[in-house]
Amino acid sequence: MSLIEARSLERTYRMGDEIVHALDKVSFSVPRGDYVAVIGPSGSGKSTLMNIIGGLDTPSGGTLVINGANLGALDDAGLAGFRNRTIGFVFQSFNLLPRLTAMQNVELPMLYSGTPPAERQERASQLLDRVGLGQRKTHRPTQLSGGQQQRVAIARALACQPAVILADEPTGALDTNTTNEILALFKELNREGATIIIVTHEHEVAQATKRIIEMRDGRIVSDKPVA
Amino acid sequence: MMTPRDLAATSARALRVNPLRSALTALGVIIGVASVVAMVALGEGAQQRVQSSISSLGSNLLIIVPGASRQGGVAMAPGSFNSLTLADAEAIERDVSGAVAVAPSQRGNAQIVADGANWNTRIEGVTPPYLEARDWGVASGRFFDDREARQARKVAVLGATVAKELFPNSDPVNQRIRISGGQYEIIGVLEAKGQSGFGQDQDDIVLAPLQTVKRRVSGRQGRANTVSQISVKAESEAALTQLQEDVEQLLRQRHRIAAGGNDDFTVQNLSSIADTMKQTTAAFTALLAAISAVSLVVGGIGIMNIMLVSVTERTREIGLRKALGARRQDILWQFGLEAVVLSIAGGVVGLLIGSLVAWGVTSLMDVPLVLGVTTAATALGFSALVGVAFGAYPAWRAARLDPIEALRRE
Repeated sequence: MSLIEARSLERTYRMGDEIVHALDKVSFSVPRGDYVAVIGPSGSGKSTLMNIIGGLDTPSGGTLVINGANLGALDDAGLAGFRNRTIGFVFQSFNLLPRLTAMQNVELPMLYSGTPPAERQERASQLLDRVGLGQRKTHRPTQLSGGQQQRVAIARALACQPAVILADEPTGALDTNTTNEILALFKELNREGATIIIVTHEHEVAQATKRIIEMRDGRIVSDKPVA
Repeated sequence: MMTPRDLAATSARALRVNPLRSALTALGVIIGVASVVAMVALGEGAQQRVQSSISSLGSNLLIIVPGASRQGGVAMAPGSFNSLTLADAEAIERDVSGAVAVAPSQRGNAQIVADGANWNTRIEGVTPPYLEARDWGVASGRFFDDREARQARKVAVLGATVAKELFPNSDPVNQRIRISGGQYEIIGVLEAKGQSGFGQDQDDIVLAPLQTVKRRVSGRQGRANTVSQISVKAESEAALTQLQEDVEQLLRQRHRIAAGGNDDFTVQNLSSIADTMKQTTAAFTALLAAISAVSLVVGGIGIMNIMLVSVTERTREIGLRKALGARRQDILWQFGLEAVVLSIAGGVVGLLIGSLVAWGVTSLMDVPLVLGVTTAATALGFSALVGVAFGAYPAWRAARLDPIEALRRE
């Protein structure tokens, strides 16, 4: 079985009297170690799909099984545990807590997994070394450049050894050089075995992955490997 | 799930981000707790002072005065009739078993002259058991004995105030004074007692043998055998009520008062007076504490207000924490604990300030400082309760936030 198995996924919203199909019977699977870009115009349903895969939202219909967990069957605490252990989020605006140091930001998910302090610090330290910020461990986000902040965020995403790294426009706030650095880091992580899904509207970013899923009006309109 | 230690560290860090705001938020609780603590301490101090000043009149004491408190539908002041006699006192001593000391006394006023100084004071003619009945003692010199009392010798024992006024620089013992034209030898000075519960200086007094006073000072007030007061001391506070009944019964019998008739004497039970005054001050303390508690509630509302602002400001942080794996409970605890820490910190500071205020005011007002562990614990408990009660709603709002919405918020 693949890492992610989506069958006839549906997500509907009620807007006044109208019912909006944000996801309309979407089926796909992602094997372990894949590196996927989800593209499409705004309103195509790619953000909804990301939220559902990330356990932030729940499907209205269909089934979604990720790493053996049936997301439709999880309650709030179950989803919180799923987000903690199975998913590593990377956001467009980094979402680092400004009062915490780089180390403390990376430790944050491990606080919720109940990892003991010593182990937490050791792992956070290793991860910051891994993303090339070994010299910036006690810096606060405001003392770091955009690229460095996103590296901290990636280290944080890796903290609980997630099955999937879910990145929502991870280069949207970065310049070209930094974008390339971050993409290189993702590529390396993928080569080391990480499964990565990136939502983007930037063609160059999508081209850096192994597979592009294109969405429109809540449906997958194309799903092909990058040439 | 977050461990309690991490939770505490997280909450403490959030409060340190904006120390001024945290301090101002806690101020409401600080003022509330401080005023409750100060009020209760002052009230209890006042209560204790009432008790000690009343018991300074003499413990387990009945005071019998002539005259009924009510006669023929007209309330009369006690002491307005000459109905108590020395024979009554002797009868009580003989026939009432629970009386430890029986001390008849005759009161008068006199101008006292000593070597150029003079002083107008109360002069009380008493018998030696008076000292025991009133829990009093002699500070220097001695008291007169039964023989001196019987012989109506012209000896006097001065109260501390009189001694100070007439003999500011010398020892009054063995000196002479003139009372109503007669010359008296001072044989002793009484211990200082301070003010009575009714605001009277108990040391402004001269004691002399009962017969001496009756003959020479207040001779024209009443017949030869009357006394103005009989003090009767019981063995214990528990025996006081029974003693009072026995004394009343005996006196009714001796004065030939028919069942249902009006007494021509009044028995005052000092401990029941003390109880009434204690109850009054306790009620007053409770009232003040209740008023102060209102400010504690206002403080709680202040905490709720700031916590709601804080939840709104930190919506994105809440969304992020949820995305990283925080459960609803984790968020609930985080924000709830912030409110509780804030209010308990306010409680501790308030307790210190309240104690300080109580200490300052009691030392100014000459009231004992009573600060019980119960008061402190109650104040802290209440401030924690305020934190829980008023922090619960903001924390619940934070916990319920939809992470997608929260992350989208700028």
